[in-house]
Amino acid sequence: MPAAENSYESISLAIIGSGGAGALTAGAIILEAAASSGWYGIMNRSVGPQIRGGEAAALVRLANHRVDCMNKEYDLLIAIDWKNAERFASEMPLAKHGLVLSDPTAGEVPTEIGGLQSNIASVAMKDLAKEIPGGRENMIAVGMAAAIIGLSLESIMDIVTAKLSKKGGEVVEAGRKCIVTGMAQVAKFTDQLKLQNPEKTDAGRWLITGNEAVGYGAVRGGIRFAAAYPITPATEVLEWLAPALSKVGGALVQAEDELSSINMIIGASFGGRASITATSGPGLALMVEALGLATASEVPIVVVDVMRGGPSTGIPTKSEQSDLNIAIHGCHGDAPHIVVAPLSVSDCIFTAQWAVYLAEAMQTAAILLSDQSLGQARVIIDKPANIAFFAKRKIYQGNREETYNRYAITADGISPMAIPGTPGGQYTADGLTHNVRGAPSSTESDHRDQHDKRERKIANFDYGDHWADIGNPDVDAGSDFTILVWGSMAGPTREAIHTLGCEGIKVKLVAMRLLAPFLKQPFLAALKGCDRTLIVEQTHSGQFHNYLRSQCDLPGEIRHFHRPGPHLIGAQEIVDQIRDWKNS
Amino acid sequence: MNTHQTAPFKAADYKSDITPIWCPGCGDFHVLMSITKALVALGKAPEDIAVVSGIGCSSRIPAYTNCYGFHGVHGRSLALAGGLKVARPDLTVLVMSGDGDGFSIGGNHFLHACRRNIDMTYVVMDNRVYGMTKGQPSPTTEPDWDSALSPGGTGLSPFHPLVIALASGANFVARTFSGNIKDTTNTLLEAIHHPGFSFVEILSPCVTFRPDEKEWKNTVHTASVEPTDDPARAARRIMTDDGMNTGILYRGHRKPYGTHVEDQAGDLSILEKQFEI
Ligand SMILES: Cc1ncc(C[n+]2csc(CCOP(=O)(O)OP(=O)(O)O)c2C)c(N)n1
Ligand code: SF4
Repeated sequence: MPAAENSYESISLAIIGSGGAGALTAGAIILEAAASSGWYGIMNRSVGPQIRGGEAAALVRLANHRVDCMNKEYDLLIAIDWKNAERFASEMPLAKHGLVLSDPTAGEVPTEIGGLQSNIASVAMKDLAKEIPGGRENMIAVGMAAAIIGLSLESIMDIVTAKLSKKGGEVVEAGRKCIVTGMAQVAKFTDQLKLQNPEKTDAGRWLITGNEAVGYGAVRGGIRFAAAYPITPATEVLEWLAPALSKVGGALVQAEDELSSINMIIGASFGGRASITATSGPGLALMVEALGLATASEVPIVVVDVMRGGPSTGIPTKSEQSDLNIAIHGCHGDAPHIVVAPLSVSDCIFTAQWAVYLAEAMQTAAILLSDQSLGQARVIIDKPANIAFFAKRKIYQGNREETYNRYAITADGISPMAIPGTPGGQYTADGLTHNVRGAPSSTESDHRDQHDKRERKIANFDYGDHWADIGNPDVDAGSDFTILVWGSMAGPTREAIHTLGCEGIKVKLVAMRLLAPFLKQPFLAALKGCDRTLIVEQTHSGQFHNYLRSQCDLPGEIRHFHRPGPHLIGAQEIVDQIRDWKNS
Repeated sequence: MNTHQTAPFKAADYKSDITPIWCPGCGDFHVLMSITKALVALGKAPEDIAVVSGIGCSSRIPAYTNCYGFHGVHGRSLALAGGLKVARPDLTVLVMSGDGDGFSIGGNHFLHACRRNIDMTYVVMDNRVYGMTKGQPSPTTEPDWDSALSPGGTGLSPFHPLVIALASGANFVARTFSGNIKDTTNTLLEAIHHPGFSFVEILSPCVTFRPDEKEWKNTVHTASVEPTDDPARAARRIMTDDGMNTGILYRGHRKPYGTHVEDQAGDLSILEKQFEI
């Protein structure tokens, strides 16, 4: 269907407010209404350092196709307030055709925003809300956004009713009046920014955040115990797990610190229950001693790190990929373990489930590296398919007549594990170097044999083809460039590759989901024939690039684009890198 | 062959064949004997008991039993044991520690384990020194005890573990002397039976780095009063005694931490509804 003029396959909008104006709620209502109308979308939030009442912006992108990241430019900015907006302004550049709707009391439109004078309009959202008993300016904003994009009043009211009906019919009615009023304010703009009709799918859709998706994927993988210490931006993983686990016969314990939470999950897993904790960089730093214990005593655990800006307390509310080094190399001694990273919000489900499976199958620690940009984004996804991965430990069944060797040397390196309660399976799990029975030992042969065993089980495991998402081989045949990324950088890279494709530049994607162990063979096979490869990562020092270089000789010509947060690397920057390379 | 042996169990059923690394005469040998005797009296199968520890001479105990054991990292035994007990409420969980492991590096976990009141028994073998690292002062060491690391002594007042336990909410508080095996055995058994978090400090001499503690057998004495369920009274008694008073000092009635983990089929549809559009 040819697109009508002024209709777009993707529209980005921001609702900006402060002091409890309700900008984030407004954004959430628009996203949900779009979801129920069949569109895809993503919402991220940008908040200042204030605990409550500071500036806040809801960043929403709606599209007729699946989206994994925000767009480079904004089509619509609605400002209830511009307070401290200079902090946001660089995050939300306005497209040439972009509209700005601003409350007259909000102050001047910051110059960083730009935009054509003819596309800036003043709407007295606060005054209009005051005229409606119980009215709120954020609902006026919702009405304005809905009318411009093409969301129906009914679709909005379904969501508002569901959200507000607890508060009574009057509150819902006040909301409706505000929305209708908001819609009426923007009549002259309603044919400028229409969102194209959504692609039809039969599969159901879900609305989920990356943090919820990690929790859900973990429970799907068999997790039944969690220990928790709150930290931004990981807390929602734990807050989702707390009620969820109690509904499926599990439990979550709030610990006194991360030293405790990781040791609690080691204890619970020793007891036979697949166990998880979630944290961010500062918490992961506290956990590394016990991560070594889990690998040495061969107790499976899953540790989720929702990365934020570092080092130290860093930027808690912003994303970065800078915990890669500590995740891979943090442990003292030689402590092989698993490091995985989801490639999108929907992939958080798969990757968390896979992480549980890998940890349990190999009886080791698995670290899942998510980040703020995935964890706190709320996204409309296709209902996930069922995946067969479910925690399956190799268990010792017990036999009183034989001597049980907990750390028996086996061909695949995995030794059957006795679960407390099993007669004849008693052993002491130990972080001290031990012999096959588990008794402390400092002999050269025990130390080497156990090292070999633990390395072997991880090196020889069958990871299938899940180690990376590699761009469609048909499209990639004869591609001009390759882009090599890990984790959340896959989202903007996919988008960049699409844009470049429209310009006739063919780019192949290699997005790594398994960071450790490093699978050299499939990695080099994926890069075979790639003459020009761009490595992209959100770190200051180039941790990913250094890691790859330490593991193998990278083929062809390599360029490396990296920078720290707080602003996410966007598709446009990646496009520019490739264009520059092509033109150089 | 996955059948549970039934009681009565003998002492040998709870002992492993691993020879302890302890110095001859170390008080911890007696603690091991008392544990074994208490478990015989408890009568629970060895596979249904878990012994969890941190790092130190005292923390070597798990491997010397024939129960399930976990010799974890320094100071974190209470956290590890707490996770185990919540996940596996059917197990009897003993946590074994030293005064450095339990009160210094593990001090924060001690406070919160008392508060949390998970049904397990915490035993600290207090020798008022870091034995394994060869003789440094611990939180319970006298201020003037001279050592290479703190010449002339630390000058710091010792920590009062029993009072801290009371103030933090432990449900059972007792002190014993390792050399008094009968008394220690009975106290451990009571501690295991008492619901919630039970704390037993065992004065256990380090004959190598604190040879003066060989005198303890002459200086310990049985508390002359009945246990109380009033923490304030118990605390006053403990603060005013000479630190060598043994016996059960406090038995509380606090409700233990809820451990309600049970196996359930993997129907996750109740969790998926919230995501559906
Ligand atoms: C993180 C860490 N720091 C330091 C040590 C070294 N260390 C081993 S045992 C110990 C002290 C043990 O003292 P205590 O708990 O009183 O036990 P004891 O040996 O006296 O029975 C120390 C400091 C360690 N193993 N781990
Ligand atoms: S050093 Fe002290 S505590 Fe350690 S084994 Fe020897 S006597 Fe016992």
